[in-house]
Amino acid sequence: MKTRLILFFLLTVLVASIAGPWLSPYDLSDLSNLRLDSPSKTHWFGTDLHGRDLLTRLLYGGRISLLVGFVGATVSLFVGVTYGLVAGYLGGRIDNAMMRLVDILYALPRIVLVIVLISLFDLKLKALLDHTWFASLAPHARLLLLFMGLGLVEWLTLARIVRAQVLSIKERPFVLSARLIGQTTPTILFRQILPQVLPTVLTYLTLALPAVILEESFLSFLGLGVQAPLASWGTLLADGTALLNPIQSPWWCVLFPALVLATTLLLLNFLGDQLRQSRK
Amino acid sequence: MLTFLTRRLMSSIPVVLTVLALCFLLVRIAPGSPFATERALDPKTKAYLEEKYGLSGSLPQQIIRYGSNVLHGDLGDSLKFRGRTVVEIIAQSLPRSLLLGSIAFTLALGLGIPMGAWAAARHNKTPDHWLNSIALLTLSIPTFVLAPVAVLFFSFGIPLFPPAGWGTLPQLVLPSLCLALPFVGVCARLTRSGLIETTGADFIRTARAKGVTEKTLILIHALRPAVLPLVAYAGPLAASILTGSLVIEEIFAIPGIGQFFVSGVMNRDVFLVSGVVLIYCVLLLFFNLVTDWLTAILDPRIRAQS
Repeated sequence: MKTRLILFFLLTVLVASIAGPWLSPYDLSDLSNLRLDSPSKTHWFGTDLHGRDLLTRLLYGGRISLLVGFVGATVSLFVGVTYGLVAGYLGGRIDNAMMRLVDILYALPRIVLVIVLISLFDLKLKALLDHTWFASLAPHARLLLLFMGLGLVEWLTLARIVRAQVLSIKERPFVLSARLIGQTTPTILFRQILPQVLPTVLTYLTLALPAVILEESFLSFLGLGVQAPLASWGTLLADGTALLNPIQSPWWCVLFPALVLATTLLLLNFLGDQLRQSRK
Repeated sequence: MLTFLTRRLMSSIPVVLTVLALCFLLVRIAPGSPFATERALDPKTKAYLEEKYGLSGSLPQQIIRYGSNVLHGDLGDSLKFRGRTVVEIIAQSLPRSLLLGSIAFTLALGLGIPMGAWAAARHNKTPDHWLNSIALLTLSIPTFVLAPVAVLFFSFGIPLFPPAGWGTLPQLVLPSLCLALPFVGVCARLTRSGLIETTGADFIRTARAKGVTEKTLILIHALRPAVLPLVAYAGPLAASILTGSLVIEEIFAIPGIGQFFVSGVMNRDVFLVSGVVLIYCVLLLFFNLVTDWLTAILDPRIRAQS
């Protein structure tokens, strides 16, 4: 597939998620008596257990899922790149200690980390936000922590990749000359070395984005992530799966969330693949 | 070889203990109590329960107590499933996860490697491009998207396989397929790129020049270095697949170790969570060791270094 085509589709998903909820005649939590109604002219994707319009919920869910992806991937980018740069450039004992920490965090199950982070800081962050002019964000403290938490568990791989690159870059003549003319370590790290690792990092971003979306869906699927009345693609799929039983199976509640989620992840992976091949 | 193994084993013990201590600490400092019920717990009862389960005293004291118990082979009692020890729970649930995982692992390698080899033989031709796209497709669809859809189609749409449960052979089909499929794509891609890269290498050209037959060339000369990236990937994969996928066990109602882990985390069941993490950690280190060992066997350059 052509890169432009992939970007076009991804943009469609993005625009639909942002604009869709305004265009839809229904609201995220509009209840109706039409429970588990199959797809029709009034409800294109059918309705869920409480008679809510599934398409509207999917569009709202897209906002959350994509936002989680972007914020999480950005957080992981900043932490991972900085960590990898510092560890690789300083080397020696510091590098050793820093990479051991990464090893240990790798072995800890991520859901434990995310849950602890969310439950430890939920109320504190809420209280903190109440006193600033971000007060309107306070009810979403949990969601913000979820963003941060996912980013903070996703940076490990990136730190390893960046470190490995820095190890070879720092021996190159231009870095040595920069050191010779007396540039400080932060300047060398961010002005000289960072631009060299940036292409790899950006390619990795296309991998981190689906990974974070996936992780959020996974947590929400287990009932740990996004909470009702908000919805993400993961929670919608989980809700649909819970409805499956031998007597009646509302296929639209499973198939549509699954299709949307799978298509988006696939497009992002295709994009990453194209970028990597074009760099070779 | 023996010194290598002992050195690696000795160096992994501190890692396991650190991970275990961190995990214990994290679950303990998370708000919420393992003894919480709907009614408020009076302080005396709480103190008695904490004393009974060895959760009294300061956190460092608790960690040291737990650590020394673990070194003596005692993983403690489950706080949620009263009257059962963590060892009992693991002994009961781990074999199920291991069985499911080994079927899925075999499937992933058994389907992925031939697919990759087939594509490599048709490098840059139409079948190769198609297979690459299919591989990308399977690796992009996460298990928890695949599993509900599979249940929808093959249990409720066409009733071929049971939608959930554990114990009979048909019940194994859907979960193991759903668990394996994302990894089939990865294995196929790794095999393909490994083979393509090796067949372009200098030593293959040399071997061809000295008149080695095409069959020996592939089987003796090319295959060994070509599977190296796959081996590096398969080690961690085995660890993660064998310990079971939390989601697969959740969807198919399989009473494996993952289900106990999730319920342990939710209930702050500190001994159960730490016990399962210990298993995960040991398996991960074990498979890393196997990977390094296999790599050393397969790659003379690495053997020369160590």
